[in-house]
Amino acid sequence: MNDRPTNPIITLTLIRLKEFIRRPEALFWVYFFPVLMVVVLGTAFRNKPADKIFVDVLSNEFAAEVVAILNIKTDDGANNDFETRIVDATTARDRLRSSKSNLLVVAKDKSLDLLEYQFDPQRPGSKNAKLLVDNRLQTSAGRMNPIQTRDVVFEEPGGRYVDFLVPGLLAMGLMGGGLWGVGYAIVDMRIRKLLKRYMATPMRRSHFLIAMMASRLVYMWPQVIVLLLFSYFAFGVTSFGSWFSVAFVVFIGAIEFAAIGLLVAARTRTLEAASGLMNLAMLPMWTLSGIFFSYENFPEILHPIIKWLPLTPVIDALRAIMMDGKTLASQWPELGIITLWCIVPFAIALWIFRWSD
Amino acid sequence: MSLAINCKNLVKTYPGKPPVQAVRGINFEVQTGECYGVLGPNGAGKTTTIEILEGLLAATSGEAEVLGMRWNKDAQSIRERIGVSLQETRLSDRLTVLETLQLFRSFYANGINPEVAIAKVSLQEKSNAWIKNLSGGQQQRLAVATALVGNPDLIFLDEPTTGLDPSSRRELWSIIESFKAENKTVLLTTHYMEEAEQLCDRVAIFDSGTIIAEGSPAELIGSLGAEHFIDFSIDGDMNSLNTATIESLDSVRNVAIDGDHFHLSVGKSHLVLPALLEKLGQQRLSLTNLTTRHASLEDVFISLTGRTLVDSEDVK
Repeated sequence: MNDRPTNPIITLTLIRLKEFIRRPEALFWVYFFPVLMVVVLGTAFRNKPADKIFVDVLSNEFAAEVVAILNIKTDDGANNDFETRIVDATTARDRLRSSKSNLLVVAKDKSLDLLEYQFDPQRPGSKNAKLLVDNRLQTSAGRMNPIQTRDVVFEEPGGRYVDFLVPGLLAMGLMGGGLWGVGYAIVDMRIRKLLKRYMATPMRRSHFLIAMMASRLVYMWPQVIVLLLFSYFAFGVTSFGSWFSVAFVVFIGAIEFAAIGLLVAARTRTLEAASGLMNLAMLPMWTLSGIFFSYENFPEILHPIIKWLPLTPVIDALRAIMMDGKTLASQWPELGIITLWCIVPFAIALWIFRWSD
Repeated sequence: MSLAINCKNLVKTYPGKPPVQAVRGINFEVQTGECYGVLGPNGAGKTTTIEILEGLLAATSGEAEVLGMRWNKDAQSIRERIGVSLQETRLSDRLTVLETLQLFRSFYANGINPEVAIAKVSLQEKSNAWIKNLSGGQQQRLAVATALVGNPDLIFLDEPTTGLDPSSRRELWSIIESFKAENKTVLLTTHYMEEAEQLCDRVAIFDSGTIIAEGSPAELIGSLGAEHFIDFSIDGDMNSLNTATIESLDSVRNVAIDGDHFHLSVGKSHLVLPALLEKLGQQRLSLTNLTTRHASLEDVFISLTGRTLVDSEDVK
């Protein structure tokens, strides 16, 4: 009669894992959605061709000659990026105003000795267009460059967009998985009155909350490994820092978001309210924490706030380790913020958690 | 005999505008080994009372002792020794019967083997089936098994048969009968009066948050002063039958007219029926309808409240 029971933390954790793997649709979203993101974004930003430069030439007797010079293919092939067009004055103004052209070239003199460049220096690319066009025309007219130069295209692994993207997606997966995997599951159990049923047993509340987090810490690994393996084989994304450091950041990042998931679900009674709260919690991080683009683009004044969002230190630490080969120890400020975000939400959740009803 | 449950002046008021008094001063005792039924329509305070006893709700005032212990001091010890089946719990769809019971077993220091619990509710064949593939009756039996797996001394069953078909209900009854045979104490809520008559040693009838009657089913039915009811209608004019002549028949307690039906409360129908037929024959009246039935707890409820249970549900 009194066979010794298994520890309830273990049974609760195993039960969660079984429930999870018995839902194929959940598996798909958790494991393959991040891979899909890498494919789409990695492809979109891979081998991005240099921007074409749109150059209009005002229609007059010299226009054809200017166009001919601009259209010469040079040996390195890299200079063939002018898109030229001969236009009348009205069209030229319209096209400049609407940014359809970057630059208007007007030949003024009979022997092509005087050129006028019309452009708006505020518009992106227009100054660059002016310099490139001028360079081509001057060289063609016989200008000699006193210094020999050579271009080397920088495309080392670790410095590409996809190398920047993968740590961001890794962290984003931890966030979504933690909030949904833990928070949604708890609210669902509350609605099904299962939490109330557990409360009528001697089960300890802390055991339950620990098991909810522990199961998340187990089923998060395939998600991380699938993403990293795929990024490695498809794009050659690797880590310049130690894999142990990456794993450590992933691990405490997962705890962090599981704890926040617990907090979001602590008192929520409906799935609608839960999904609203989760989106509310995730929105600032989606937009500000730099998953897809560096948060350096945001005004300086926001940076201190952004750095304290739960997602930012995870992304920053992963990028520092994977892209720059930094050590775990060098990431102590980020790890400190993450640790705070593990402890505080868990403590508040345990304190305010709604068990029955 | 010691007391399994002792409630004194239990009150539960839900805050609100206006506050809702779900339970208004309830007193009752359940002896160890007894099967005690809490009866009444929905909204009578049954579930609130049972949830206070299960430690899921705090009473606004009053005392509730469970197995000689108090929730505010010995919550964990009480939980180790009670088993609970709540209304409307939905266990996890994609776990098997055995997995669910292994989980519940792990919460208790001293329980029974999950396989034994499965056998007690006759779900051996479904042991490895997912819960979502069980019928309503099987799911309810599993809910009862989760209450048994901790080897409790006291079992709370909140409307265990609501929504089940008659054969599933009978299966559950026989499971509950088997706890009684093990001398376990059972507290059962139901709004099926025949269920209480079948299973319970004593019942309390709840209405609007108070107990309006308490006793064994036989005592309560006996308190009506009538053991049987005879309903009949006659061909032709109702007024041609003099109710006074029927009232004067031996063993007739009361005559009431409800539409075109005569409604008699009687002590012994085998004395009344021949006499009634003779009277009708003398007056050359013929019967168009005749039914007789035993008095039930339903009749007790009607005589106490003036409503049928079904009416009370409709009011809700």
